[in-house]
Amino acid sequence: MTRILVFVDNDRGTLSPSALEALTPAYSLADSLDASLELATVGEGGRAALEPVGLGGYVISHPVLSDYAPEAYGDALAQLVSEEQFSVVISLGDDRGAEVMAHMAAVLDQPLVANVTEIADTEGPDGSWEVIRVRWGGSLLERARLRSDLKFLTIAPHTFPAPEPNGGAGPLTTFVPEIPDSLARTRVVERVKLAEGLTLATAPVVVSGGRGVGSAENFAILEELADLLGGVVGCSRVATNNGWRPHSDQVGQTGTRIAPDLYIACGISGAVQHWVGCMASKQILAINTDPEAPLVTKADYAVIGDLHEILAAVIAEIKARP
Amino acid sequence: MNILVCVKRVPAPGARIVLTDDSQGIDTRHLGFTTSPHEECAVEAAVQLKERHGGTTTVLTLGPPDAVEQLRYSVSVGADRVVLVPADSTEWDPQATASALVEAIKDLEGDSPFDLILFGNESADSGGYQVGIRVARALGRPVISGLKGIEIDGDQMVGRRETDEGFEVYRLPMPAIAAAKEGITLPRYPTLPGRLKSRRAEIHEVPAEMTPGGQEMVSLLKPAEEVTETVILGHGAEAAPGVVRLLEEVGLL
Repeated sequence: MTRILVFVDNDRGTLSPSALEALTPAYSLADSLDASLELATVGEGGRAALEPVGLGGYVISHPVLSDYAPEAYGDALAQLVSEEQFSVVISLGDDRGAEVMAHMAAVLDQPLVANVTEIADTEGPDGSWEVIRVRWGGSLLERARLRSDLKFLTIAPHTFPAPEPNGGAGPLTTFVPEIPDSLARTRVVERVKLAEGLTLATAPVVVSGGRGVGSAENFAILEELADLLGGVVGCSRVATNNGWRPHSDQVGQTGTRIAPDLYIACGISGAVQHWVGCMASKQILAINTDPEAPLVTKADYAVIGDLHEILAAVIAEIKARP
Repeated sequence: MNILVCVKRVPAPGARIVLTDDSQGIDTRHLGFTTSPHEECAVEAAVQLKERHGGTTTVLTLGPPDAVEQLRYSVSVGADRVVLVPADSTEWDPQATASALVEAIKDLEGDSPFDLILFGNESADSGGYQVGIRVARALGRPVISGLKGIEIDGDQMVGRRETDEGFEVYRLPMPAIAAAKEGITLPRYPTLPGRLKSRRAEIHEVPAEMTPGGQEMVSLLKPAEEVTETVILGHGAEAAPGVVRLLEEVGLL
């Protein structure tokens, strides 16, 4: 029987909000291949977090794996895949998922298709598959053929909803790999906490500014609105490159991809680089002098005009509310 | 400190990407080209490390002859030596790219490995998230992705990477490899002397064999475009009441 393994990362026992997204396409694949579906996570701390999913699988345990260590994770999972003869390995394509899968695929000398949005055909010539994957951060897709006995795929984040836990506690077996102590050379040695509370990735509303804001000082009015609404300030690549905002505020393909309830884009024209970072927002309000700006035409709502004047009026209106 | 940075030449699309008629590529007739953003920042990081610790910065690209444009640009912002690994314009999959780079790196290194090799975390166009890791595995060197900060401490590379709450710190014994993300540095603009130097820069060529891996591009396609009827809430300050109503509807007020 074909066995499918899904790697789910846990960070010292905690799952990220999107951690289980890759299970949704994995369930469909297991159905269509009539295959078994199993989980793997690293570290005993992950057991309690993953048991409620209800699938069987493995908790990988070893002293070198005491904290996130991409090389050691890759070696350990590659051993599990080989020993248990899995033929499909799937993970979410977030930072760690993409990294660990690349290590696994490199160790086993197999191809890895990154950021898949659809498994289109599993009955291609000579056991090959056809998949659809993300290019250009999501503004373009690629139909790709995957030729290998062992199939490695990462799933594009924010593409599938995470499945509801099915309630039954799946038996998770402990797997102890053989890994040399030397692989601790790429383990996390320290963590530094900067943000308390809201971040770009979690805020319900992001007030973002681009070229039209004009200067670092002019972001003060965006800060004021974000504070009033309980959100944070973001920015476009132009604002970062001009030194107006730190890169950690950048929304976009090479910055943070966000999905807030409302995205307020001020003076941002909406190049592809920016759009793919904000397109998952539930609602978009664009404020721009140019009614033809791409972001204005793609937004749900728009206000045409000078953003400084408009934001000042909006802030005054909010403050005047009873 | 001898550092190698591997970069990729990519088109610089604006607000729309247009495909060629055969859907095998994007129509670049009206586009400029640039260094993929993560790698542009990696070049800046390498030049800054060289300025602090001495040594040389080499920039390498696997690409078509036109990629010399990106190599010359890297000289204009501080690279000392540039290397072209000529490739035809067809799509090289991640395994093919990595194995060609490994051969080229061995050729350049001889008996003295680079202290540090930097890649971009993923290329802007194909986004495979794996070439740096495959190269590191083949060379037996430690590697981390997502590099957002770098310092050298003796014979160790101290790397930072972002998390939701702050950052994680790694210490890799050198020679080491890392895949950098935009934001690790703010790239400088070329100076006039830099531009002049870049025109005279010698381009070293290292040939490479294309050994196809197991992933093949069949065609490109545009995602289904959502047609949005944008609701115009108004012009200028008079739109404020409409904006506030929207904020209330969304539940923010």
